[in-house]
Amino acid sequence: MTFIKPKFRHPAQPKNQLGYTLSYYEGALSTLCAGCGHDSISAAIIQAAFEMNIEPHKLAKLSGIGCSSKTPTYFLGNSHGFNSVHGRMPSVATGANMANKDLIYLGVSGDGDTASIGMGQFVHVIRRNLKMIYIVMNNGCYGLTKGQDSATADRGSVNKAGIVNRFQSIDLCGLALELGATFVAQSFSGDKRQLLPLIKAAIAHNGFAFLNVISPCVTFNNNPKSTKSYDYVREHVGITGTLDFVPEEKQISTSYQPGERKTIKLHDGSLLQFNKLAEEWDPESRISAMNAIHHARETQEILTGLIYMDTQTRDLHNVLDTCEKPLNTLGKKDLCPGHGALADINASLR
Amino acid sequence: MTNPRTVNDFVVRFANVNGTGSASANSLFSKAIFRMGIPVTPKNIFPSNIQGLPTWYEVRVSEKGYLGRRDGIDLMVAVNAQSVEADVRSLRAGGYLIYDSSKPLPASCEREDIHYIPIPLMELCNAHYSDPRLRLLFKNILYVGALAQLLEFDFSIFASLLADQFKGKEKLITPNLEALKMGADYVRENYSGPFNLKVERRNLLGDAILTDGNSACALGAIYAGATFAAWYPITPSTSVVESFMEYADEFRIEPETGKRKVAILQAEDELAALGMVIGANWNGARAFTATSGPGISLMNEFLGLAYFAEIPLVLIDVQRSGPSTGMPTRTQQSDILEAAYASHGDTRNILLFPSTPKECFELTATAFDLAEQLQTPVIVMTDLDLGMNDHISDPFTWDDNREYKRGKVLGYDDLENIQRFGRYLDVDGDGITYRTIPGTHPTKGSFFTRGSSRDEYAVYTENSQAYQRNMDRLVKKWITARDYMPEPQIYRQAQPTEHAILFFGTSQYSTEEAMDILRENQVMVNGIRIRSFPFDNHTISFLEEHKYLFIVEQNRDAQLRSLLMIELGLSPERLISVLNYDGLPITATHIIRQITHSLAETEKYHTV
Repeated sequence: MTFIKPKFRHPAQPKNQLGYTLSYYEGALSTLCAGCGHDSISAAIIQAAFEMNIEPHKLAKLSGIGCSSKTPTYFLGNSHGFNSVHGRMPSVATGANMANKDLIYLGVSGDGDTASIGMGQFVHVIRRNLKMIYIVMNNGCYGLTKGQDSATADRGSVNKAGIVNRFQSIDLCGLALELGATFVAQSFSGDKRQLLPLIKAAIAHNGFAFLNVISPCVTFNNNPKSTKSYDYVREHVGITGTLDFVPEEKQISTSYQPGERKTIKLHDGSLLQFNKLAEEWDPESRISAMNAIHHARETQEILTGLIYMDTQTRDLHNVLDTCEKPLNTLGKKDLCPGHGALADINASLR
Repeated sequence: MTNPRTVNDFVVRFANVNGTGSASANSLFSKAIFRMGIPVTPKNIFPSNIQGLPTWYEVRVSEKGYLGRRDGIDLMVAVNAQSVEADVRSLRAGGYLIYDSSKPLPASCEREDIHYIPIPLMELCNAHYSDPRLRLLFKNILYVGALAQLLEFDFSIFASLLADQFKGKEKLITPNLEALKMGADYVRENYSGPFNLKVERRNLLGDAILTDGNSACALGAIYAGATFAAWYPITPSTSVVESFMEYADEFRIEPETGKRKVAILQAEDELAALGMVIGANWNGARAFTATSGPGISLMNEFLGLAYFAEIPLVLIDVQRSGPSTGMPTRTQQSDILEAAYASHGDTRNILLFPSTPKECFELTATAFDLAEQLQTPVIVMTDLDLGMNDHISDPFTWDDNREYKRGKVLGYDDLENIQRFGRYLDVDGDGITYRTIPGTHPTKGSFFTRGSSRDEYAVYTENSQAYQRNMDRLVKKWITARDYMPEPQIYRQAQPTEHAILFFGTSQYSTEEAMDILRENQVMVNGIRIRSFPFDNHTISFLEEHKYLFIVEQNRDAQLRSLLMIELGLSPERLISVLNYDGLPITATHIIRQITHSLAETEKYHTV
């Protein structure tokens, strides 16, 4: 395996509206195992940022610790990155967002990083509806320490060492819904067609956008009796619907059968259009979304696609009523009350 | 049994029940003395409890301006039946006991050598007020009135004090004045025994202010331009961020829009609080948190990240008695080593040690400059005594020409003009590298921040030489930091001395008093109050000048002494510990006792 990423690119590579090619959005060569699901997610992130004409320097990518948290090195190489400590990415993202509301914050985490050591911060970042994209690359195991079960491993799933998991798994989408997350989606790293519009919709969402992506670990958790293997996931996937992300400037009107097709308008004007496959489910109803998740769990189905979305949400800056200018642009003139005010304060303390 | 008359030099202790409104009455008492121009130092000695347990408020009045705690209680206001026996015992011989005589004192409270001043506080209040809440509240005001009468206060002080206290609630002024008068009238008419303590108006305080360190730290953060605070409530640091919120309501509202030029978040725990502060500072905002020892323990991991990834941050540590929950409402200086070396791996953090509210204000503001100039955590080490008690202090000052020192941050134009940006490249040779704020430039200046090893261009590496180069540069930066530290305060006797006293933080008050008393007894020692870690060059050369150093600290393990040995290689024989770790602020008597004992031991050794 080579560790040098080929730099040659076809000279006629297409460019986006900013004049950047797709390769400008790539990162360093991945050092994850060949075939790792995480690399497919990285590719989808690169594609989404390219197609959405995101200025790389206006996006910050943050992660915790683990295989998944290494991926920010492998995408968006021209963006600022922050590889923090295990399970603590949400707090770093929160502070970063508070300092500058104008950047896009893309957080990447894993099932260990989120569902175990980082559970507290995961729960609270949802509660605060921080405007960020939070992607969990979920493989049900600890890859970097060689294959221990994680808290999202299903009960009864068998790991590579042949040990049967005896504990209930944590359903991150169900939990996020329960906590009031305003955008919840689930996908599979092997389904890039579905993943791409979901990532775009998550970026366009004005609040906390949670995307749980089942991403098999080829080295430690792709064995026949694992419920996070490529084969198992492919066999058990249930899809809420097919999805298209339509940017604002490209709104198209097509005639589909009413009832089958649903359109959600996002706060920036872009549209999400999708064909519903799951019955009795409305992605704008939290109760309906929770029912769909519980139903899927009972039928041992892995429900993928957009699960829930609230387009009327207020993010943390709205709640805290912060000013229009990003806080990190304010200077002494805006912030320091000066000598005069201090004289009054001194007088009040005598 | 009659003592000579004592003017402006005594200690009063109030023994109350927590949660009965005694705090505001007691502070009215000390504020009145402050307004009469007399040095006064009030201290809350309170339980970890909201309502029902014993709590004490101790006020030292000192014409000479000694603001440390003093042993020996001259006057006890005992209004807590739970603690009265111990309270009576703690009074010095010849002292005065004011107590609620609505019920008789237990027989065990009889002492031959003290004076009893009975006041039927409960009976008077029951007769005068029908509302049970008012009965309880005014009972406290009543004894303040009695004290004022006994100590011969100028009563006009109260009218203006209450007018300030109840601005906007003026209808409360008259009932309070009436209650004060009721107490005063009662002792005038009913107590004819001896009383030799007296307060006399002076003008010793100039333009001093009376305030607590926590709100001063908060104000420092406002002046330094902090736009983000994240915190988790913990005694005794809670009021730092609560004060910051109040000041932010006053100073951080955009007039045109009514929107806020600040964000404040109560985090889920101290880990998250510091994580948020790191994220905000990384992204170019000045941000801080405040906590106490247990919070510092939890923040260790993140402090290591901030040290290694070189992210500025300001952390206010209001120290309390540890370890573990320890005595959470008592003071101590016992986080020194923990804070200095917080985190696994080789780490060193910058510490600042304020002694007064004014210094809390200034050193907090300075901490924001230092953190950004040195790109590292700066921990302001205060303590419960300084943070939560009112102290007489020089007034706050601010020079409007002072600019925020943001350190080496590259802007758009800077980036345009450089070939290749290296986040960890030591361009200037001082160990401090250049950083960029995300979003500055479309194609230059982005880099990957991480807690793992990387090269000069912030690229991940496990190359041994690159790792070691970086660790060595961090040492170089640490040495550079010495020149950025606030200077120590040095006290010199007329002639050179062999011994010197080293102290820091709230030990200042009692150590200065101890040095005066020692000098009066012909024991000449120089003194140094250090204000930072790393130790600056002034401190290092002062220490060189003296053969022996008494190191005064309020912890059991002589933590600062360890730091001196580790960092400066000073010989342990030269460093003599003067320690206090009972949770109460250190006293001059305590310091003098340990120093004279140690000097006598040395004497013995030399004469043998």
